[in-house]
Amino acid sequence: MAYSDKVVDHYNNPRNVGSMDKARSDVGTGMVGAPECGDVMKLQIQVNAATGIIEDAKFKTFGCGSAIASSSLATEWLKGKSVDEALEIKNTDIVNELALPPVKIHCSVLAEDAIKAAINDYKTKQGAPAPAETASH
Amino acid sequence: MSKPIYFDNHATTPVDPRVLEAMLPYFTEHFGNAASRNHAYGWAAEDAVEKGRKQIAALIGANSKEIVFTSGATESNNLAIKGVAEMYAEKGNHIITAATEHKAVLDTCKHLEKKGCRITYLPLKGDGLIDLDMLRDAITDKTILISIMYANNEIGVIQPVKEIGKIAKERGVLFHSDAVQACGKIPVNVAEDGIDLLSITGHKLYGPKGVGALYVRRKNPRVQLTAQMDGGGHERGMRSGTLNVPGIVGLGAACEIAQREMPEESARLRALRDKLRATLEANLEEVYINGTMEHRLPNNLNMSFAYVEGESLLMGINDIAVSSGSACTSATLEPSYVLKALGLGDDLAHTSIRFGLGRFNTEAEVDYVAQKMIDVVNKLRELSPLWEMFKDGVDLSKVQWTAH
Repeated sequence: MAYSDKVVDHYNNPRNVGSMDKARSDVGTGMVGAPECGDVMKLQIQVNAATGIIEDAKFKTFGCGSAIASSSLATEWLKGKSVDEALEIKNTDIVNELALPPVKIHCSVLAEDAIKAAINDYKTKQGAPAPAETASH
Repeated sequence: MSKPIYFDNHATTPVDPRVLEAMLPYFTEHFGNAASRNHAYGWAAEDAVEKGRKQIAALIGANSKEIVFTSGATESNNLAIKGVAEMYAEKGNHIITAATEHKAVLDTCKHLEKKGCRITYLPLKGDGLIDLDMLRDAITDKTILISIMYANNEIGVIQPVKEIGKIAKERGVLFHSDAVQACGKIPVNVAEDGIDLLSITGHKLYGPKGVGALYVRRKNPRVQLTAQMDGGGHERGMRSGTLNVPGIVGLGAACEIAQREMPEESARLRALRDKLRATLEANLEEVYINGTMEHRLPNNLNMSFAYVEGESLLMGINDIAVSSGSACTSATLEPSYVLKALGLGDDLAHTSIRFGLGRFNTEAEVDYVAQKMIDVVNKLRELSPLWEMFKDGVDLSKVQWTAH
């Protein structure tokens, strides 16, 4: 399968790889997917509680090149956004940006789920009533 | 070293230059139809076909009269299984095969199932071998055929063919073996192995694509087949169609070279394969061999690299041609059914790579591939949340995943 230049670039130079201390109250962690399905994404955000702005984002992904690229791109987009703006990121934005073929759309869906799970985790820590976990699809 | 390095010799092999040289005159000056009995063009073609038949027969310990030419092993498998099912329908309708057969066998069996045949798909043991007791128990008075491959295309595991042949003989059941991966790589002998039907193809042993053969036993017992292709009655009525003379010349030449060079070549490939394995195991933790190493083709290595997904691994080694059991690399998005049949979890199937070494690979290539694999696996593990959890001592089997 041929990959788009952007997927190859994110694969070769993944942005924001790493882990944050998930015990911290200003860090939200989202982990979605399953090893049996061939992809697991862990996405973390660090939020400035005063401004509500995501100041840092990190990821680690087990999955194909498109899954790695989707989560790498997601961390780029998250930085500097408010939590509410971050919730606006749609999987179709990722599909368009990375030119993902139809068989790889699930990678972008997983990235969107990871963003939502991370924000959900952060909000829960902040004491906001969190909606039920609905990462499965 | 020319790139990409080709380590996918179970998928196909390049044509040996000596094979190509033998074929070329049969495209041009000796272009005759082997069925033309009354002029020199036909005689030249027929002579070439009969020489090819002898070369193939010699490789598998058969008589040249027992070789039927086909378009490849898919057709050979179809002809063997459907041909027996139709010809022996009055005797019975039960066929025994194994879960890890090639799709050309499995889908042929599924087709027959729809037409009223009963098929037993034997499961495999964790080492990739069939259980001979299960085979014995599966045979009924309606069983007409056992179809078990000689060596597997993904894990290279060699089945106990001689024992299967013995069991088949004792119970009066025909034995077909898809031997495309074994022929030319390890000694195959239809007499000693008790094989009644055997499929072979050109392009897995440095011959051309589009030509293959089916061995059909003529004595003890005399196997009969219902033809699947109607026409001019070529190949003793079993397979009509003008013979692919250049292809047959190529297949024959490839068999002769393989037979002559097998002892030396298999020792060389085994040493290269073992070096590849040893280097990977010495430098990477959490790597697993799929299938037994004890009964295995000398040129095959199938390994899982835990916590690294197969397709991303292939992307990182894009100057090396190998294949993966990962779902993402298959059209069906299902991980390899062969690895699953060994009882491997989907997670390990997703992380597997098949290395198939061949005649034209060198030690320098093995060294390059091993180092590249080590570098890319380490890089991707740095990226892998599963690797991080494993290193933190998390039991991944106890984690609640959000399956999708």
